[in-house]
Amino acid sequence: MSVSTCPSRSALNRDEQHRDAQGLDAADRAIVLATQAGLPLVPDPWGAVGREVGMSGAEVLERMQAMQARGVVRRVAAVPNHYRLGYVANGMTVWDVDDAHVARLGREVAAIEGVSHCYRRPRHLPHWPYNLFAMLHGRSREEVERQAAVLCERLGEACRDHRILYSSRILKKTGLRLAGSRPGAAWTEPERRG
Amino acid sequence: MHCQARDFDTLDRRLIDSYQRGLPVCTRPFHSVAERLGTSEAEVISRLERLQSLGVLSRVGPVFDHARAGASLLAAVAVPEVERDAFAELINAAPGVNHNYAREHDFNLWFVMTAPDEPELEARLAALEARLGVPILRLPMLEGFHIDLSFPIPWAELERT
Repeated sequence: MSVSTCPSRSALNRDEQHRDAQGLDAADRAIVLATQAGLPLVPDPWGAVGREVGMSGAEVLERMQAMQARGVVRRVAAVPNHYRLGYVANGMTVWDVDDAHVARLGREVAAIEGVSHCYRRPRHLPHWPYNLFAMLHGRSREEVERQAAVLCERLGEACRDHRILYSSRILKKTGLRLAGSRPGAAWTEPERRG
Repeated sequence: MHCQARDFDTLDRRLIDSYQRGLPVCTRPFHSVAERLGTSEAEVISRLERLQSLGVLSRVGPVFDHARAGASLLAAVAVPEVERDAFAELINAAPGVNHNYAREHDFNLWFVMTAPDEPELEARLAALEARLGVPILRLPMLEGFHIDLSFPIPWAELERT
């Protein structure tokens, strides 16, 4: 990762060489942008990415391994789309849980089958009293409701109220994370409908 | 719209089941997968291409930790149901928005706002709030209880449905 092994970086100006809050420098960010929508499916994907961003395949691989070691990259994986396999009911369940118990109960809820994400988030009273979020996935709303009943039982008296918010429409979904992430990035015009 | 489990043979299923948890991060990753599965690199690549084109795999590539790859926030707004799509277009056009779901609740639009850092995140939310003319509910993650987003696919059960 030393600068001397990386001729491409001499082309970057001094401002771009600083690492951001996540420890990514300009070359790391170029790799993130080039790979976040997926790797090219070729025998040497790192070499192909390297040609795109002006680095050797070996350097791309080394930086990817380093980002994984730092936890910026969780894993390099085949990412399944469960919706296409029939998991069409997606229920965001939200729970108003006693603050004294939410950390322990959050860990328990996260381990229940069907829960893909589980987070503690702030309340905004009076409009939003819910502090625990658990995303449930099932093949029907009935299945999601059965999963929610299991959560409800686990939370017991520590839970004052809950809701299941089903998604009625996906209006935008992209795995892109850093695209257009420059400060002051421009608005894109909404697409006109015919 | 949906794929049938029976469209996928044992090799397809092994590719999805084994590699949703992670591919080897090495010089020839698909060669190394092929060796483990007892097939050829070309076969692995053509299987992955097919699964990707069918949409069963959304991609093969790095999964970033949102919290460590910039700032992000779950946000919601309550807008009149009849104007929902117009508001959604404004939200989708804002820099940094990468998910937007309509949900059945008074807060009927739910989106994820991202930015390179926290000050820029708040600047983007404030700009969008001014453009929408309604308050944005800001729901940052305070604690994450689940870090493994993969879950097993019950192939046999899916075949029966």
